[in-house]
Amino acid sequence: MSVETPVRPSSPADRPSLSEKTPNVRRRELVSRVMTVVLGLTVLAAIIPLVLLLWQVFINALPALSLEFITQVEPLSYREEGGGYLHGIVGTLYMTGIAALVTIPLGILAAIYLTEYGGGAYANIVRFFTDVMTGTPSVFVGLAVYALLVSGAGGLGLGFGTLAGATALGILMLPIVVRSTEEMLRLVPEDLKNASYGLGARRWQTALRVTLPAAAPGITTGAILAVARGAGETAPLILTALGAREVIGSLWGRPQADVGLLMVDGFNQPFQAGIDRAWAGGFTLIAIVLILSIVARFVARKSQV
Amino acid sequence: MATATQTDPPSGLQGTSRGRRADPMFRAVVLVSATSVLVVLAAMIIRTTIDAWPVFDAMGIWGFLSGTEWDSGSSRSEVTGTYGAFPFIYGTLKISFVALLFAVPLAIGIALFTNEIAPSGLRKTLASTVDLLAMVPSVVYALVGIYFFRLQIWAPIGQFIADSPLGNLRFFGPPVLLSSYWSAANILAIMILPIITAICREAFAQVPRDEVNAAYAMGATRWEVMRHVIVPRSFAGIVGGTMLGLGRALGETIAIAYLIGSSQRWAPQLFFGGDAMTSVIVNTFADSAPEGIWALLAIGVALFFITMIVNVLARLIVHRAGRFAGDAAL
Repeated sequence: MSVETPVRPSSPADRPSLSEKTPNVRRRELVSRVMTVVLGLTVLAAIIPLVLLLWQVFINALPALSLEFITQVEPLSYREEGGGYLHGIVGTLYMTGIAALVTIPLGILAAIYLTEYGGGAYANIVRFFTDVMTGTPSVFVGLAVYALLVSGAGGLGLGFGTLAGATALGILMLPIVVRSTEEMLRLVPEDLKNASYGLGARRWQTALRVTLPAAAPGITTGAILAVARGAGETAPLILTALGAREVIGSLWGRPQADVGLLMVDGFNQPFQAGIDRAWAGGFTLIAIVLILSIVARFVARKSQV
Repeated sequence: MATATQTDPPSGLQGTSRGRRADPMFRAVVLVSATSVLVVLAAMIIRTTIDAWPVFDAMGIWGFLSGTEWDSGSSRSEVTGTYGAFPFIYGTLKISFVALLFAVPLAIGIALFTNEIAPSGLRKTLASTVDLLAMVPSVVYALVGIYFFRLQIWAPIGQFIADSPLGNLRFFGPPVLLSSYWSAANILAIMILPIITAICREAFAQVPRDEVNAAYAMGATRWEVMRHVIVPRSFAGIVGGTMLGLGRALGETIAIAYLIGSSQRWAPQLFFGGDAMTSVIVNTFADSAPEGIWALLAIGVALFFITMIVNVLARLIVHRAGRFAGDAAL
């Protein structure tokens, strides 16, 4: 610690009052004040890009933003104005929905294993590799799903499409669901479980009918955040869904559209109309993600554990 | 448990044989679910490694990682091109480290401000505002980066640095391109800021309040408390958070793919265009012949293992720093 002791005056008479500040103290206080401002500036350095980003998306999305944008598909030419991302929105929701339907129950069951039978070495291995999966680059997941499902050589040969895209999104969502659910299940008081056992409930009854409902709001929050993460992903879909120019209903065999993919196609072209639609697509994605996270926060507030 | 063989009529309290089987079955179901995580991960690693093997085999693993020439062949069945991934590895590491250089001090500053300076009513708002940066989809960062940030902010700053005396150093030398390592590093810095900030905040919050109060009681100023008590005490947390941020930076794809310039010339300059591991995968995937896709898979495998090592180290450090619950929701 570099706080120096001031030199003590010889007699009490010339001892300065305690409220008097030596130059050294003055300097230290000044440093502290300056650093407070500097730390405040670091906060601004994070908030300014965020505000600029949201502002830019908002003003640039305005030209293409209308009801048409969510009810029509894009015109064939990027030069043409009007039209919208209906096919992309359908594709994004379709793939995210399938991914969520499979991943959330699976993730919750896996989390129940980790909390109910989680003492052993195997549970630790699962926990460790779930964490590893959380950090897996999304583009690697895309490549792997391409090799496993899309490609005919060595893979299942399903071709680009909804199922491949949904699988990639699901793999990205799974570890998030598992870990956030596990955290929430751990927060359920032991007394509640013991009361259930005391009434003669079996382990599965306690886990599914007592612990799970008690942690439900927290689990829902985690699941919604995972879905939001999946809905905003684009990179793995380039390798699995590929993109389409119309609304696609089939699960495999035909490439599927996605808002992010349409944006990439749009902003890569030198035509203003396509770029405008890309901005509107960005606005849509941010809106989806923000609405999901607000819902998640709202649910979290209901949490009792 | 021994099976019941009594002859008396079953009472209401006695479990049925179906009921007794329910728990082992339940255990089996949740065990299978937990195992699915391992199966999925193993399937991904094994499949990609097998598909990428011809490339590793032809170039040698070291040759693949250190080779500087990338010349994609067009064969459907054998490896005819030259695949050296070093320019991409170099680009990934370069932009990641420049991004960390910006993001880590900012994150520490934001975490200190939120935890120690901001009035308690403002803390939650500040934290969730920074988290909002993590919620914005990567493709939106790409869009705003291309049409706004690089034109209005990054390239002008880059030009200013290149024109200043610093520009005499090769690293900061001209020309300043719009899509460059510099633009990619800047967008990365914004994108990894939230996770580093979140971990720093957790680490700072775990510093024993007694130590902080003791420092105040000895007459330390607020800055001295932060500088000499809080930051040293949470050093492991800061390092762990930095590593997690690095893990994110290495794997970031779309925003990088459209801001790094996709140039195969791996320039030593900061303001010049280059390419990164993730960006070359998404940018060349659609045009690749099967052998080119094997090579991209090989980059993916290399990327996976690099990221995994970084993340595992990060988690070990963060766990040791006393953090148990994962940052899964981030």
